[in-house]
Amino acid sequence: MTDLATPPSTSASTPAEGSGGFRTWLSRKGVTRETLGMLVVPPLLIAAVFVGFVIWRQTAELDSIEAQQLRWSEIGTLFREHLALTVTSAIIVVALAVPLGIALTRGALRRAAPIVVAVANAGQAAPSVGLLVLLFLWLGSGFWTAVIGLSLYGLLPVLRNTITGIQAVDPTLVEAARGVGMSNVGTLRKIELPLAIPVIMAGVRTSLVLITGTASLACFINAGGLGEIVQTGIALFRFSLMVTGALLIALLALFIEWVGRLLEIAYRPKGV
Amino acid sequence: MSESTQHHQQADEKGSARTVSGAEIQLKDVVKRYPGQKNAAVNDLSITVPAGEVVMFIGPSGCGKTTSLKMINRLIEPTSGTITIDGDDIRGRDADELRRTIGYVIQGGSLFPHLTVADNIAVVPKLLKWDKKRIAERTEELLDLVGLEAGRYRDRYPRELSGGQQQRVGVARGLAADPPVVLMDEPFGAVDPITRQRLQDEMLGIQRELGKTIVCVTHDIDEAIKLGDRILIFSEGAKIEQYDTPENVLAAPANDFVADFVGAGSTLKQLSLSRVNELNFVDWTTARIGDDAQDAVRRAEAAGQECVVVLDDRGRPIAWPWNRNLRRASTIDVKRREELVTLDERATLNDALDTMLSSSHAGAIVTDARDKYLGVVDFESVTAHIRTQEAAAQEAQEARSEEAAS
Repeated sequence: MTDLATPPSTSASTPAEGSGGFRTWLSRKGVTRETLGMLVVPPLLIAAVFVGFVIWRQTAELDSIEAQQLRWSEIGTLFREHLALTVTSAIIVVALAVPLGIALTRGALRRAAPIVVAVANAGQAAPSVGLLVLLFLWLGSGFWTAVIGLSLYGLLPVLRNTITGIQAVDPTLVEAARGVGMSNVGTLRKIELPLAIPVIMAGVRTSLVLITGTASLACFINAGGLGEIVQTGIALFRFSLMVTGALLIALLALFIEWVGRLLEIAYRPKGV
Repeated sequence: MSESTQHHQQADEKGSARTVSGAEIQLKDVVKRYPGQKNAAVNDLSITVPAGEVVMFIGPSGCGKTTSLKMINRLIEPTSGTITIDGDDIRGRDADELRRTIGYVIQGGSLFPHLTVADNIAVVPKLLKWDKKRIAERTEELLDLVGLEAGRYRDRYPRELSGGQQQRVGVARGLAADPPVVLMDEPFGAVDPITRQRLQDEMLGIQRELGKTIVCVTHDIDEAIKLGDRILIFSEGAKIEQYDTPENVLAAPANDFVADFVGAGSTLKQLSLSRVNELNFVDWTTARIGDDAQDAVRRAEAAGQECVVVLDDRGRPIAWPWNRNLRRASTIDVKRREELVTLDERATLNDALDTMLSSSHAGAIVTDARDKYLGVVDFESVTAHIRTQEAAAQEAQEARSEEAAS
């Protein structure tokens, strides 16, 4: 009983010799030439722009206000604050939105999904400054107030993609899983979630970038971050500070988007 | 695996012993009514599927055949009535555990794309908490059973397989935990006709070996005739129109509905009842790679044949070159392995005609389950067989009318 049909030969099925191993691994992971470009180009670009900034910073004539604000230690602190705000919010977003999204695809809760998505939509449509200020009035200033605001703001993409991702799993696969005796929870864990992961991770990446950008507003409620450089620049009318702040935030957002892509590829199940 | 699974020998009609590892399925007064629908999807269905038999469910779409199938493994819960497997009411058991003891094969295989072939097959054994070694051995065994080389396919992902191969893995997954009962939902609906024919032949071979109780939904009457020990023809509301052997359904349709459904040309459909191995094979000239080409051509010409069947070292046919192409060669050599379409000896005459019609040789090479060469059939061998059958039928009829007259 040999096969009449030969398998569709894919580069993935025939492990290439020697140095082709990495390429094989990439193509097994579903990484095409374009995505490979998306992975290699951004870090190079980020590095180039950052080196340019360092050269300018070391050579430019700075007045005392600029020098004060652009100390490396000051930039470092603000960068760490910004990153802490982003990462903490993102973790909270994932911890909330993924289980909530899963719950909204199960049983009777399924009917509530559109309502919850509408609420999350409204949360994102609200101006981010407004959201932060309202929370400030209610909870006072500080790191955690900012984190709550950012989390609310970044919730939607992950929530929506979790729901979409799970709903997009081929229903015949779910029925096949149930049909061979997997429990409801087992089917979710072994079939639905792994297959939904690429979509969920895309949501996480979108959310991360949103949060990185929005975290520049955290300085308005005294929660730090790179936005402070921009704010100082505006308040004291120092053009160099405004540009520096904006540039650093943009670089961080690009970098985070790149990390998001790496995570997306790392978590993508093989064979999909 | 239920302990009550029977392992005993049962003689089939042809008198040869056959293994039965299946269990009897009984549906009694089963009704399925969906809320908001006036007519029941399944209205009072009572049938018995004998242990070790293949029963084909067939009927127009929306007749309730799939619903009836899915009630057996509780993917759909009946509104009322009882279903028993080997005498045990299926509602007495946890639905998930019940399903682990019933094989389930779906159209296209429905393999989990993120799992390797081996992991797909191992799904049920893992749920049953078999140890690793046992699972690995079982996977190997099953891949062999469905004709896929374990070393080559074990670690592949479904998207790296052809449709037919995916379907084979789907069958292997359904058989993984050696269930006494296997449910199939249009298992070969998604593959091309030649592959489908192959898969059907293989399934018959597997079934002969294992003797499971198989309930299979299909929309293809030829498939039903070919695979079924019995055919159950449904009309709307899962009403039984006829439940009988393929021979009887063809020879004596119970009513107009069945006659319509089976369709015109039921003599033609009879072709699906006879197997290729009932034919007289033509003794064809064969040669092996490396043999003297001129000698082969001489032998072929002496036999009045225009081509030579080339076999490999394991006796499997690999090419069917014409004499005129061999004349210039000194030894027989097959450089490019052509896609030689061969005919399994378990294939039906219908399949045989199909294969012959698409072949430029006006014949087909017959192989056994291990792909070894058996002989060649041509149109003449098929018509000769039909003639003897007709003669036998006529004789039987004359004998009957004589009996009635006396």
